[in-house]
Amino acid sequence: MEQGFNRRRFLLSTAGIAGGLALPGAPLFAQSANKIRVGLMLPYTGTYAALGNAITNGFKLAVEQGGGKLGGREIEYFTVDDESDAAKAPENANKLIKRDNVDVLIGTVHSGVALAMTRVARETKTLLIVPNAGADEITGPLCSPNIFRTSFSAWQPAYAMGQVMAEKKHKNVVTLSWKYSFGEQSVAGFKEAFEKAGGKVVKEMYLPFPNVEFQPYLTEIAALKPDAVFVFFAGGGAVKFVKDYDAAGLKKTIPLYGSGFLTDGTLEAQGDSAEGILTTLHYADGLDIAKDKAFRTAYAMAYRMQPDVYSVQGYDAAQLFAAGLAGAGGDVTKREALIAAMEKATIDSPRGRFTLSKAHNPVQDIYLRKVEAKQNKVVSVAAKALADPARGCRM
Amino acid sequence: MDFSTFLIQLLNSLQYGLLLFLVASGLTLIFGIMGIINLAHGSFYMMGAYMAFSLTSLSGNLLVAILVGIVLSVLIGFLLEWALFSRLYKRDHLDQVLLTYGLILIFEELRSLLVGDDVHGVPIPELLSASIQLSDTLNYPVYRLFMSAVCILLAIVMYWLIRYTRLGMMIRAGSSNREMVQALGINIDLIYRIVFGLGVTLAAFAGMLAAPVSSVYPGMGNQVLIICFVVVVIGGVGSVWGALVAALLIGLADTFGKVIAPDYAGLAVYVLMAAVLLWRPEGIFRRI
Repeated sequence: MEQGFNRRRFLLSTAGIAGGLALPGAPLFAQSANKIRVGLMLPYTGTYAALGNAITNGFKLAVEQGGGKLGGREIEYFTVDDESDAAKAPENANKLIKRDNVDVLIGTVHSGVALAMTRVARETKTLLIVPNAGADEITGPLCSPNIFRTSFSAWQPAYAMGQVMAEKKHKNVVTLSWKYSFGEQSVAGFKEAFEKAGGKVVKEMYLPFPNVEFQPYLTEIAALKPDAVFVFFAGGGAVKFVKDYDAAGLKKTIPLYGSGFLTDGTLEAQGDSAEGILTTLHYADGLDIAKDKAFRTAYAMAYRMQPDVYSVQGYDAAQLFAAGLAGAGGDVTKREALIAAMEKATIDSPRGRFTLSKAHNPVQDIYLRKVEAKQNKVVSVAAKALADPARGCRM
Repeated sequence: MDFSTFLIQLLNSLQYGLLLFLVASGLTLIFGIMGIINLAHGSFYMMGAYMAFSLTSLSGNLLVAILVGIVLSVLIGFLLEWALFSRLYKRDHLDQVLLTYGLILIFEELRSLLVGDDVHGVPIPELLSASIQLSDTLNYPVYRLFMSAVCILLAIVMYWLIRYTRLGMMIRAGSSNREMVQALGINIDLIYRIVFGLGVTLAAFAGMLAAPVSSVYPGMGNQVLIICFVVVVIGGVGSVWGALVAALLIGLADTFGKVIAPDYAGLAVYVLMAAVLLWRPEGIFRRI
């Protein structure tokens, strides 16, 4: 016992000296000794690995641009691969919170994992910033003062698309999606706007996740002859759907619409089949925003690859946290000042400036995009400063 | 649903059912003749699909990939039978379930190490990539018709093989009395090895054939495994003919279930199974 204590003290003091040597000329403020501990819980293996890396890159880029600091404080990273496995989520989150004692938790991509993280964050009152997962509940019934989101809610892009399709004078629409909460919430958001504007959803179809045998559904769509089709699919399933829709000859006769994930990160694989498809999302290629141009250049310089919507969301997670730290004078223990500053912040995002709703979800522009030459080109702003209704949030 | 849509959905059911038959026939052979509950059968299907993906990326042509894939599957089948499955014939079902479950885990990890965890598409060969206009709005991909034709051809070949050849006769005899067949001087071990190799190859071939239309993704084997056990149970354990009828029935139930009551799409197949088992607890057909 005694020995262990001594060794621990020895290690600590050596580390202190090493740290001091590594930072020649660092100002000797008391607080610079202990860094802000940032816990990144994201997928680094599996289907969503690319997304987890993009978010991490975006976050670190913002920190780099602040000279390795956020809100004037040095940053130390703690990383856990969540493997997009909801079953392991509470354990992974607790590792970061209890063992690594992080000041803020950043994560994640998969909605199921994010919901579990949200529950842990509520119990332990840990500050959580969600940089992707769109489950409506996170800023709905599960909302909490210490939980923020820098991406979107499933409802937002889908609702905007409902308005767009009604404006295009489509009357009868068929929807198709995977039967899991994100898909169902997307369809619900779409339906809400579309039917309010006088349209009618003639048939709602779902298939089990991650099933991609679309043929019977395509046959049904051909038979129903709706004015248009609204779908939610992402990743490999989105690639397959867009190609099958084209191969079935439906693309020429019945226009296809979707929320942005249908054509984001999938265009290379979809090829010509995706040309002309309209989608809605809070980001697009070729936005005429100075901040976006600067961000894209800096990102490409740092990582030798193009950024995407996920890198933007990671970048904004760091920006939002920085705003909070600035408001609390760099002191994470001043929790109320920190949260108040985050709530009041206007984030200068590459997607365009946004603020946060009362439920801590971005109030943001949703863009209508059209696939042109393998890019999601902006057509117009489909919904200006759209706020999630945050049903069920009491805060 | 108008008549032409009905016919096209019938075509969809047939195509899905025939593919299921291809996977399930191998399962029912291994189960019915050698008495082995093979949970790893879905993994062979997945292995085939990933072979189709990798070999197509290498050779640039799915048909070449399928030919090479078949040869590899036969070898893998023989190897597995020699190293593992031959030790299972006299063990009870629990041992078989444990070993084949272990194989599932090994196959998933191997896949993850060799090919990764991404979802992949496999391009349809140029020759078969056209579509045929079936109704005023719908085109039907030629590749799906090709799949159905291949499956029908294989069903006929298997029927002929088991019914009318000497090998088929020995297989049928071996399934009912292993000792007696051995006593007659027939090399039953070799016959078992051939049947097992055939089963593995059928599943892998189904995976290769399905790769372009169903994508290639982690866990695809387990999804197909469950439905294949349903096919075997409905059709009657060990009956290839039963597997065909059951697979076609499931194709119908699944396809029309999806269209008529999309919210309950996953349920139709199990309702069908319950109904058949109430009527015939041993499945529709018994034995080969």
